[in-house]
Amino acid sequence: MDKNSSPYFTNLKCRECGRLYPKQAIHVCDFDFGPLEAAYDYEAIRPVLTRELIESRPQSMWRYRELLPIDGEPSVGTQVGFTPLVKSDRLAKALGVREVYVKNDTVNYPTLSFKDRVVSVALSRARELGFKVVACASTGNLANSVAANAAAAGLTSYVLIPADLEQGKVLGSLVYGTNVIGIHGAYDQVNRLCSEIAGKYGWGFVNVNLRPYYAEGSKSMGFEICEQLGWRIPQHTVVPMASGSLLTKIHKAYSEFTKLGLVEAAPHKVHGAQATGCSPISSAMKKGVDIVKPVPKPQTIAKSLAIGTPADGYYAIHTMNETGGSAEDCTDEEIVEGIKLLAEHAGIFAETAGGVTTACAKKLVETGKIGRDDSVVLCITGHGLKTQEAILGKCGEPRLINPSLREFESLVAGELAALKS
Amino acid sequence: MPTIRIPTPLRKLTNEQEVVQAAGSTVEEIIADLDKNFPGLKERICDENGGIRRFVNVFINDEDIRFLDEKATAVKESDEISIVPAIAGG
Repeated sequence: MDKNSSPYFTNLKCRECGRLYPKQAIHVCDFDFGPLEAAYDYEAIRPVLTRELIESRPQSMWRYRELLPIDGEPSVGTQVGFTPLVKSDRLAKALGVREVYVKNDTVNYPTLSFKDRVVSVALSRARELGFKVVACASTGNLANSVAANAAAAGLTSYVLIPADLEQGKVLGSLVYGTNVIGIHGAYDQVNRLCSEIAGKYGWGFVNVNLRPYYAEGSKSMGFEICEQLGWRIPQHTVVPMASGSLLTKIHKAYSEFTKLGLVEAAPHKVHGAQATGCSPISSAMKKGVDIVKPVPKPQTIAKSLAIGTPADGYYAIHTMNETGGSAEDCTDEEIVEGIKLLAEHAGIFAETAGGVTTACAKKLVETGKIGRDDSVVLCITGHGLKTQEAILGKCGEPRLINPSLREFESLVAGELAALKS
Repeated sequence: MPTIRIPTPLRKLTNEQEVVQAAGSTVEEIIADLDKNFPGLKERICDENGGIRRFVNVFINDEDIRFLDEKATAVKESDEISIVPAIAGG
């Protein structure tokens, strides 16, 4: 073995047939096109990675570095992760459940979404593999994160996005001096173009040829949840689904921690949330099948989840089934209500995907999929300032007065009684 | 003849050719003809029951054949067929 190679991260491995591949910029099995996934030597990791070692390290996702697929020290996004896990009794009451925790990736560093986790791994690995140009296909958040982290690392970046994204997400890429290419078409068409570009130009596409590395970054959200709960796996986890990758990786994180003895094995359900206007995974799940029928034209305000052909849909369904979890979906109106519910009860302003997670969690409680006496973690993955259009005019308007005490008093006169009680 | 765009992972079978041609009036016939010229290609694209593999997307021009007639989808002489591995989201 190369002396610079990680002794823990050993290979890439096909999820379908198990064939092993070297740790290069490849993402599908030559034989059956199955996705390649990072494989580790858990026997080597077990004696090294203890709770004490993890707790002694800086509060970032890299405190779990033995379980992340790079060879050397991380060089991009070293301060990403370890976002707050917020216990919200008020939200628990509003959802009608005993205990709610919000895993708050709206304040992930530096670009306010969970995508900083995947990009930190992908770009650290891209540097190890010698790439000078990095790129991605994105519904917005990934583009923001690639642009910012590439800028900080001095890498040239190209981000390809559907042309009709929210302004905050477009500006949130442009500001970093990246090359933003808007594509006339839906995300799936952007994605397809990117897989063709990746093959032709030899760039490091974080979600194409660097996907096995990128995807593993999502596990850090699951590791942090366990550690922040006092080294245990939550009873229920509700995860938004676009490609379905995050859901499968959070479950992989729970499984790895169990395998390494860092948490005790415990029954836990992983539930998936989608927008009804693009719900290929939850539709299949509700029908009880694992064949995901693509959605040709997604129609939802949750643009970050609008992936009609979810690459990991099949695995997400199997993960939900295996853990006894369920899938749910919600309308645009319910998404807006979900955003407000989370903001008004937990003080957290999430983007549309967070509205989806909150609204679907509410439905899962109402339908008994989550017991009223149970404990739930909601994975909230992106900040609301990025998708302001979705709620513009739907949260009321400021009441305008002149700088006059009399005007103020007449304005609040009717409200004073309520405030006193 | 319809043209077929071959993705990177399959180019070892097409002598590194990115674009090839194949004869046939349906996707199924095209795949069969491809396999004649580039033995082994069918096995990569189709599973043991003959269906398109779960992680393979086939497009005719810009349309996913799962929205059309799957393997029975008709193919015209001027069509461009792309074989694209499924990829993750963002």
